Amino acid sequence: MFAYLVKRVLSGIVVLFLVSLSIFLLFWFGPSEPAQSICDRETSNRCTPERLEVFRETLGFNNPWYQEYGTFIDGVFTGREIKFSKNTKVYDCEAPCLGISYRTKQDVFDEMKTRMPATLSVALGGATLYLLLGIPIGVAAAKRRGTLADKALVSSFLAISSIPYYLFALLAWLFVTINLQVPVISDTGYFPITDNPGKWASGMLLAWIALGIFGCTQYTRYSRGSMVEVLSEDYIRTAKAKGLPNRTVIYKHGLRSALVPVVTIFGIDFGTLLAGTIFTERIFDIEGIGLWGLEAVYQKDLPVVSATALFGAAILITSNLIVDVIYSVLDPRVRLS
Amino acid sequence: MDDPLLVVEDLTVQFPTEDGVVTAVSNLSYQVELGKTLGIVGESGSGKSVSSMAVLGLHDARSARITGSIRVRGTEVVGMSEAKLRKLRGNEIAMIFQDALAALHPFYRVGGQLAEAYRVHHPSASKRDARRKAIEMLDRVGIPKPDRRVDDFPHQFSGGMRQRAMIAMGLINDPSLLIADEPTTALDVTVQAQILDLLQDLQREFNSAVIIITHDLGVIAEMADDVLVMYAGRAVEYGPCKEIMVHPEMPYTWGLLSSVPDVTSDTSARMIPIPGNPPSLLSPPTGCAFHPRCVHRDKVPGDLCSTTLPELIPGGRGPQHLKRCHLSNSDAIYEAEVLPEIAPDLVEEP
Amino acid sequence: MASMSPEQGSGDMAAYQATDTPEPESDVPSFADVAEHGHAASELDPDAEPVLTVENLRMYFPVRSPGLIRRKIGDVQAVDGISFEVPKGGSLGLVGESGCGKSTTGRLITRLYKPTGGSMQFEGVDLAKLSNRELKPLRRNVQMIFQDPYTSLNPRQTVGAIVSAPLQVHNILPRNQIKRRVQELLEVVGLSPEHYNRYPNEFSGGQRQRIGIARALTLNPKLLVADEPVSALDVSIQAQVINLLQDIQQEFGVAFLFIAHDLAVVRHFCPEVAVMYLGKIVEIGDRDSIYSNAHHPYTQALLSAVPDVKQAVTGERRERIRLTGDVPSPIDPPSGCRFRTRCPIAQEICARHEPPLLQIGKRHKVACHFPGRLGEHPREPFTARLLGVDAEGQPDPGSSPATDLVEQPGYADTWFDLDAKTIGRA
Repeated sequence: MFAYLVKRVLSGIVVLFLVSLSIFLLFWFGPSEPAQSICDRETSNRCTPERLEVFRETLGFNNPWYQEYGTFIDGVFTGREIKFSKNTKVYDCEAPCLGISYRTKQDVFDEMKTRMPATLSVALGGATLYLLLGIPIGVAAAKRRGTLADKALVSSFLAISSIPYYLFALLAWLFVTINLQVPVISDTGYFPITDNPGKWASGMLLAWIALGIFGCTQYTRYSRGSMVEVLSEDYIRTAKAKGLPNRTVIYKHGLRSALVPVVTIFGIDFGTLLAGTIFTERIFDIEGIGLWGLEAVYQKDLPVVSATALFGAAILITSNLIVDVIYSVLDPRVRLS
Repeated sequence: MDDPLLVVEDLTVQFPTEDGVVTAVSNLSYQVELGKTLGIVGESGSGKSVSSMAVLGLHDARSARITGSIRVRGTEVVGMSEAKLRKLRGNEIAMIFQDALAALHPFYRVGGQLAEAYRVHHPSASKRDARRKAIEMLDRVGIPKPDRRVDDFPHQFSGGMRQRAMIAMGLINDPSLLIADEPTTALDVTVQAQILDLLQDLQREFNSAVIIITHDLGVIAEMADDVLVMYAGRAVEYGPCKEIMVHPEMPYTWGLLSSVPDVTSDTSARMIPIPGNPPSLLSPPTGCAFHPRCVHRDKVPGDLCSTTLPELIPGGRGPQHLKRCHLSNSDAIYEAEVLPEIAPDLVEEP
Repeated sequence: MASMSPEQGSGDMAAYQATDTPEPESDVPSFADVAEHGHAASELDPDAEPVLTVENLRMYFPVRSPGLIRRKIGDVQAVDGISFEVPKGGSLGLVGESGCGKSTTGRLITRLYKPTGGSMQFEGVDLAKLSNRELKPLRRNVQMIFQDPYTSLNPRQTVGAIVSAPLQVHNILPRNQIKRRVQELLEVVGLSPEHYNRYPNEFSGGQRQRIGIARALTLNPKLLVADEPVSALDVSIQAQVINLLQDIQQEFGVAFLFIAHDLAVVRHFCPEVAVMYLGKIVEIGDRDSIYSNAHHPYTQALLSAVPDVKQAVTGERRERIRLTGDVPSPIDPPSGCRFRTRCPIAQEICARHEPPLLQIGKRHKVACHFPGRLGEHPREPFTARLLGVDAEGQPDPGSSPATDLVEQPGYADTWFDLDAKTIGRA
């Protein structure tokens, strides 16, 4: 088990390295030049070829790409100093240095830390809600498979999940905050939980509900399907033939097996949520990782884009590892090696 | 004389589907006494498993229509409430299944699954008692070092040991009826022999009634006191085992006997298949369900076979031996035509 | 090359042809028709040349340690030095319980695996040594029939596509002739040419197995490896398929390596049988030698374990030999004789030395230190002198071990006659 974890972590680090390299190369050899956009911004759109050349030189775009990538990697471990132009100030970027935002001139790692709680709040709340709703509804539907209630539920949930999520979230927001002007939850946004838990909750609530309802339709489908399959297994028949009460058959013998595939999907979903939910953050005005990454792409803010991508990859690798560990706990036949 | 332990009368099990009603079992009647073994033989789709599941009330009331009567010690099971059925299942009647790897829960320890079966019918038993009972039963079915193996998961057992554990679980509450659904089909032949021996020993010890469901006539011949041959949901031949094996009266039974080679008979014996395929249960053939595959139909006058369902009645060999066939002199046909082809060594010189 | 025309193939099999539509009334054959098409057990042609000669075939699957560096810590010795011959147009049965290596052997011969060692001579070529590219032209000669007719056919391909795939891969027929050829084959196996455009799920298990057989026949193979070809089928259908295979063998002279756990089916289909246990052949011989004159305690135990209809009802039930315990792990097989841990007659020598496969009859070899009929096993190890050891298996300085105990495929002209205690000659 320990050796397995070490192996997975090592291979995860290799993946992160490859992700960072590919993003770096994408920008370096990409069609638009990052130096150009910085030059435009810094000179208020009066970027002359001479000025551009200065930016190129100081930002290192005139060096070979591998030298600059080396500098970047070196900075991650030891920190480095970053200068945008000859006469501007020197930014001291401490390890782990992911760079300085071209746009805001903030240390990227520090900014990520300040934005993390918002994204984490959205993800945790939304995921909890959709698991708590989706799995019990799915199990209940599986128990009543083929009945009118089951059919009505399946088709109505299918209808909801066929609406694009951004539209669904936008409509929810418009309806609740503009039309109905529901007190408490109308005021969306992120407020640190340490300052005011009540305000934190009320600011998040609408985002949670949107994510929760939408995710719940999917998780109902997954867990219903998985449960229906498990209920036709031989060992369920054995459990019934032993004379066990229905409750025990369904929850002790059925649910534990049915959860295995659901956990797999959840691992990936939750990773995606943590890496930033662009629509949710945009619509409900939450200053999280997703929104930050989106803006950085618009602004060709290389350090921020690569930081968010790396962060996303790291989260996915970690959540996959956690899923595998949960797997081995749920199913004794799975041995991590 | 007391009533037999299990009396099944006129049992019909139907499953409504989108394509129509599947009649899996039609008007089935049989009985089993304590200490006796009934062998039910038939191919896939013959209704042998479906009818036995009905004895435990295991069919979902929403998807199955069950009529007729199943009485266990005189108590009617058809239509019994779920709560009462639960008291019966695993307690009075236990069932063991073909593929023990699939039939045991992969996530729970073998001992835990046995203890669970014990405690559900002995609510006052402590966890420790149940565990002790589980170890005792594992020991009883011949699992070495039961006090250690009790904490293994099913996948850590070999195929034969898993089937032993399954039997231990079935017998943990000392049931009066044990239904074994293809208990040895997934096993190797030497392990099969071990399991069959074990079942016989245990039956003697517990004096329980056993129903053994299989497609293997050899298993039936070795284990059963009575035999019920099923085809397309109906009993087609029913009687004492030895009688049916030596003097089969129904061409389907002949077909089964001539389809299986054995390891001892004369090598000039022919293997004669039954032509065609088993019928669809959605629209079974009219008359005798076996008539489209029956190679002896030409001996029945007219189109009786395709128009009229024969009754399950005594043929020419006494009241115990029932057959569902229009052939009037079937015993003679078997002796004169079938036996010389499939077992020339058993034909007595005139 | 034998060609298969519909006239040759279909007539014989029409009697028990399976169709998925109810047959018209008049098509049901009478018992006499059906009985005529039923086959007695296949017979041995003692003079047939071998089509396949397997010598000292071995297949080890490496076992790796868990952890960071996955060191090789051992081998699963799935097949460990077996030798046999399959005669031209004949059939050899391989029997044994799960894990004995019989299926691995089949997969080695069709080269689904590359053997760890040994040779497989097929028409003068050693199949074991060839690369995959060199094998391709030879693959058409050795085809396989699989056990499970449900998973071995691609559900998204039509019957026509499945059966014609080998023709297309090997580029044998011009495209416009493929369809006709496939339809011929469908008739040969007792299906109808109209089934060409149907999908496997429209067929019953027995019919699917016929499709699998048609696919295997497409390239006119000289050897068919049939791995449990009937064990997934219903009893009444098993007999149909076995009869079909016997017809095919008679008509096209194809040889079979018939792998099965069902001793009765093997007895019916194969005039020669090899019994395997934990990767080794423990006894090999013609039908009578194995089924009526078995000298190995494992073969005897296997035979006595088969439930037998006739014996059970006539009351002459043999006493079953109870084998205790389970088959040991092939990663760490027992020393000496691999069967000794479950053997009712094992002695000390069995743990020390592996018994050589000795020829004890014209077509009969057995690998046991105490070979004998049931209840007549000798007290003293028969092999001790040959191995140069005493009765306990300790080295015996006074004796001279025999040097020619290497396992050979086929049979020699001289053998150890155990009854007469002499050397027997052909």
